[in-house]
Amino acid sequence: MAPSEHELRLRERLTRLRNVPLLGGAKLSGELERLQRQLDRIGQEPTDDEIWRSVELARHPERPYTLDYVSRLLDDWFELHGDRARGDDGAMVTGLGKLDGRTVALVGQQKGRDIQERTRRQFGMPYPEGYRKAIRVFELADQHGFPVISLVDTPGAYPGVAAEQHGQGGAIAASQLAMARLSVPTVACVIGEGGSGGAIAIALADRVLMQEHAIYSVISPEGCAAILWRDAGEAKKAAAAFKPDAGHCLELGVIDAIVPEPVGGAHTNYREAARLLGESLRESLDELGDVPAEELRRRRRAKFRSLGVFA
Amino acid sequence: MAKIDVSIETEDKPAPPPKHPNTCPSCASHYRDDELERALWVCAQCGHHFPMHARARIASLVDEGSFFEEATDLHSEDPLGFFDLRPYTERLAEAEMSTGLADAMLIGQGAIEGSGCELAVMDFAFMGGSMGSVVGEKLSRACDSAAERGVPLVTVTSSGGARMQEGILSLMQLPKTVCAVEDLHDAGQAMIVVMAHPTTAGVLASFASLGDVLLAEPGALIAFTGPRVVEQTTREKLPDDFGLSEQNLRFGHLDAILERRQIRPALARLLRLFG
Repeated sequence: MAPSEHELRLRERLTRLRNVPLLGGAKLSGELERLQRQLDRIGQEPTDDEIWRSVELARHPERPYTLDYVSRLLDDWFELHGDRARGDDGAMVTGLGKLDGRTVALVGQQKGRDIQERTRRQFGMPYPEGYRKAIRVFELADQHGFPVISLVDTPGAYPGVAAEQHGQGGAIAASQLAMARLSVPTVACVIGEGGSGGAIAIALADRVLMQEHAIYSVISPEGCAAILWRDAGEAKKAAAAFKPDAGHCLELGVIDAIVPEPVGGAHTNYREAARLLGESLRESLDELGDVPAEELRRRRRAKFRSLGVFA
Repeated sequence: MAKIDVSIETEDKPAPPPKHPNTCPSCASHYRDDELERALWVCAQCGHHFPMHARARIASLVDEGSFFEEATDLHSEDPLGFFDLRPYTERLAEAEMSTGLADAMLIGQGAIEGSGCELAVMDFAFMGGSMGSVVGEKLSRACDSAAERGVPLVTVTSSGGARMQEGILSLMQLPKTVCAVEDLHDAGQAMIVVMAHPTTAGVLASFASLGDVLLAEPGALIAFTGPRVVEQTTREKLPDDFGLSEQNLRFGHLDAILERRQIRPALARLLRLFG
């Protein structure tokens, strides 16, 4: 590509980014610097290798999971279990805790560390029961005025016979609907794999964040490669084509901000990763704190209804 | 160990005769175009429901001359510059040529037995009915149009899911359509969904499941994850009617299964009830 053409493309991307409702209504101190950092990051088009590195880091077996952040960020954590209808899904963790002294409801997918836990938690792939458990806790938060934090980390919703019979598609739709209705502030952060419908089910939030090396995508790189290249081994090519990295998600207006990770990835320093995540969550909740409920709901729906690129 | 000369075996095998598109996949009866059209693309022998194009579907549902198409100017873009084995723009152009549609959904105003409604009808022939930005936007506009005119929305779905070529933006059409339907509900209007074969993945996991009344055609695959993927990933043995409308009805996920010719009168009755 000729340099002039490349420059034009870059400028166009930056203009588009400035039009994204980024950090709307934020207080300005510190924001400009962060904005500039994020603009710089987008200025440099990530290479295919860098995108693949994020895929690998997002799935790193030692990456911190939802409960690793819960124990470092929330006081008085009390886990809530069960969907009050059929069961308790280990892939979906829900509970109440205190963030800076205020009660918040937390919902998040949880993978397992060892093989027993992984099996018990279905590798972070919820059944419909998991989504119905999340809905129950969203409604509980709404009832009591607790802000909602959701941490997204799933390869996708569980693809099984029972999951289908129990209404996986309907449960994912219902969970999004429950979030669209909430009159409390909501912040979602993709902390690992944001896999397809299983992820968006708990990510219809006022602010959507993404960790630097998380991925957020409509299908897994392997799934995409199997369908379009007819070869799951072409996953790296598929990832490069559909760009699941945080930089591209920010550019497309899908997320509001990128949460930095410790150098080398979140798994290298849990404490620092939690501190950085906590900072972003607090900032987002502060920004949303004064917005009246009706306005929150209106803005949330208007934001998601504006997503898409067409002519 | 016996050696088998594979090359001879394969070369001798005669190529299967090309299947006529009007051949019934379940009983092998075949039909002339006009026969099939008169039967609303339902096999007269065994009742198999052939896929139906969006324009034919609309014609089969609304009062003659009542349909007025909306949002005809919307076209897909290629936000990612997506290129798999072929460029996305080429696939789009090809789908447009072969279907005569701008994308996988048509929306517009119409009337069924005199009751006004908004329609949003999908076409599987356009890239597997996949939902990208244009389908999301059209469904969203259909909700607004229904709310503005104070009429219910009738949605006919047929889709393999989100359109991979638009990456994360196609996933965002799930929350987009969910929010649009919720705004329609807030405006006091209903959505009636008719699920045709197949209604899967991203479309099932968003607006299709949020209808006030959920109807389906017989034998339609209605599943978040299709049978092949479930079998491959979990190695579970699948029940015979896995994911079909019949199973979904039994498990309580649908209000009714209706044969194609029953759909128009059923919609007319529902529109009178909600009107």
